Amino acid sequence: MPKQLENKHPLAIRWLHWVNFPLLFMMIWSGLLIYWANDVYSLKVFGYELFKFFPKSFYEYLEIPFRLAEGLKLHFFFAWLFTINGVIYLLYIIFSGEWRALLPVPGSFKRAGKVALHDLRIVKKLPPQGKYNDAQRIAYTGVILLGAGSVVTGLAIYKPLQLAWLTTLLGGYEWARWEHFWLMVLFVLFFAVHVVQVALAGWSNFRSMITGRELVDLPEPEQPVVSEAEPEGATL
Amino acid sequence: MSEERDDLPLLDEVREIKTPGPDRDDTSVILKEKRRLSDPLADDEAKKRMRTYSRRGFLVGGAAALLGVFGWRWMPEETKEKLLRRTFEFNERVSQVFYRPSRLAPEFPPESISPPRVNGGEGMSGEFDPAKWTLSVGGLAGRTADLVLTLDDIRALPRTEMTTELKCIEGWTVIVNWAGVRFSDFAAAYSPQTQSGAPADIAVRPHDLLPYVSLVTPDNAYYVGWDIQSALHPQTLLAYEMNGAPLRPEHGAPLRLASPTKYGIKQIKRIGRIDFTAERPRDFWAESGYDWYSGH
Repeated sequence: MPKQLENKHPLAIRWLHWVNFPLLFMMIWSGLLIYWANDVYSLKVFGYELFKFFPKSFYEYLEIPFRLAEGLKLHFFFAWLFTINGVIYLLYIIFSGEWRALLPVPGSFKRAGKVALHDLRIVKKLPPQGKYNDAQRIAYTGVILLGAGSVVTGLAIYKPLQLAWLTTLLGGYEWARWEHFWLMVLFVLFFAVHVVQVALAGWSNFRSMITGRELVDLPEPEQPVVSEAEPEGATL
Repeated sequence: MSEERDDLPLLDEVREIKTPGPDRDDTSVILKEKRRLSDPLADDEAKKRMRTYSRRGFLVGGAAALLGVFGWRWMPEETKEKLLRRTFEFNERVSQVFYRPSRLAPEFPPESISPPRVNGGEGMSGEFDPAKWTLSVGGLAGRTADLVLTLDDIRALPRTEMTTELKCIEGWTVIVNWAGVRFSDFAAAYSPQTQSGAPADIAVRPHDLLPYVSLVTPDNAYYVGWDIQSALHPQTLLAYEMNGAPLRPEHGAPLRLASPTKYGIKQIKRIGRIDFTAERPRDFWAESGYDWYSGH
C-alpha cells in the first residue's frame, strides 16, 4: 500500500525539545536541593494533609539534604540555558508558523474531551485533527505557559527588590515561591502523562521526534458528500 | 472558509448548518495548519528512506546525548566549580547593570510583624561585654588609624525606621521592624576615602567611593563583604533596635546590619569593624560556595 513521508517535526523543534529535557531535569533537581532547606509545602484537602513535599525517605534516598549551596549554583547556571532554550523555541514557533499546529482554539476544549474519552477507550471515534489532536494542543500550549510561568515566578524570587513590582503582582515573595514550587509539580505531572502517552502512541510516533519523519497512509479518496453509508470505524 | 462551497447544491448548505462541517470542527483547519507531505511512495521505497532518516537521527541524537551526559559527568570538579562561580559573578554583573538605587523593597504595616526567628550564631560566641563594645572604622579619608565609635556616636546620627521582609537564603521570611542609622548617613558623616581623592559626596558622586565595604564581628569569626551600591541603598541600616526594643544579643546587639537588599547571611550581627575598601572583601558564606553578591 503506498505511503507518504510526512516531514512532521522540524529540526529546530526536535533539538529544542531534546535539549530542554536535561535542562528541565537539572532545574528540578537543583530546585529540590534548594527547596529542602525550607520544605514547607504539602497537599491539603480540607485541612487534612494528604502528602508532604517531601517525606524524609525521599530526601535521603536521593541524597538531597545539606546541598543548598550546590543547588543554588546549579539553579542559577541552568536557569540561563533553560530560559534561552525556551525563548528560542517561542520565537521559532511564532515565526515558522508552527503555532498553527500547536495552539488550541475555544472549540478545542470540547474536542479534547472527546480525545480523552477515546484514549480511555470509552468511544472509538477521534475528532478530526492535524499533527496534534486538541488534547495535545492544550497540553503542549500549557507546558509552554508552565515554562514561562516558572521563569517569571523564579525572577520574582531571585530579585524581589529590583523586580518588586513583579513580586507584588504575584502576591508577594512568599506566594511567588509557592507558585514557583507548584509550577514544578505541574511540570512533573505533565512529564508523567507525556511519557505514558508517547509509549502508548508507539514507536513510529516516538521515532518521528528524532528523525522528524513519519510514514503516513495516503488519505482515502474523498467520499461524495451525500454518501454517509460507510461502516462505523472504517476511517480508524 | 465556506466560500469555496458556493458552487455546491443547496442541500449541502442546509446540512452544514445542522451538523457542523469539518472546517469548524477541526482546529488544524481553523488555524490553517500546513502539513509537509511527500509524494506517494511505494512501500519499499518509503521504508528505505525512513531507515536512512532513522539511522542518521539516532546516530546524531545518541552522540549528542552521550556528549552532553558524559561531558557533564566527567567534567573535572574544579572546572565545574569555576564555571559555576563565574556564573555567579556574571549574574552579579547583570544584576548591577539593571540595579537602580531608587527601587525600594515593600514596607509593611507594624501589625504584620512576625515572631522573630534566630538563625546562625557564627561570630556570636565567646565572651562579649556589650558595655565595652566599640566600632572600629577603617578606610576613611585623611586618617591612617581607625576611627573608634561608641553606640552613642551611632545613635547621634539621623534615626531611620523601617518594617521590611527579611529573607533567609534557606527560603523562609520574617517581617521585622528595624530602627537604626542608614548606612549612607553613616558613610556621609565620616567621609570615606574616594577613588579620585576628592572629598566624598555620597549624594552627588556615590560611584567615587571605594567599591566595597567589609564588615566583621569582634571575634573575626563572621565576616561579610558588600558592594558599595547595596550598602548605600536607602533601606540598608546599621540597626540598633528591633521590633521596638533594643537589639537582643541573639539578634546581633549592639549593632547589626539590616537590609532587604540581600539575604540574611549578608546582614551581619554584632558588627565590630567596618572598612571601606578597594579589595573585594572575604565573605563567610561565599567561602562555602554561596553567591558573594546574594543581592535582591
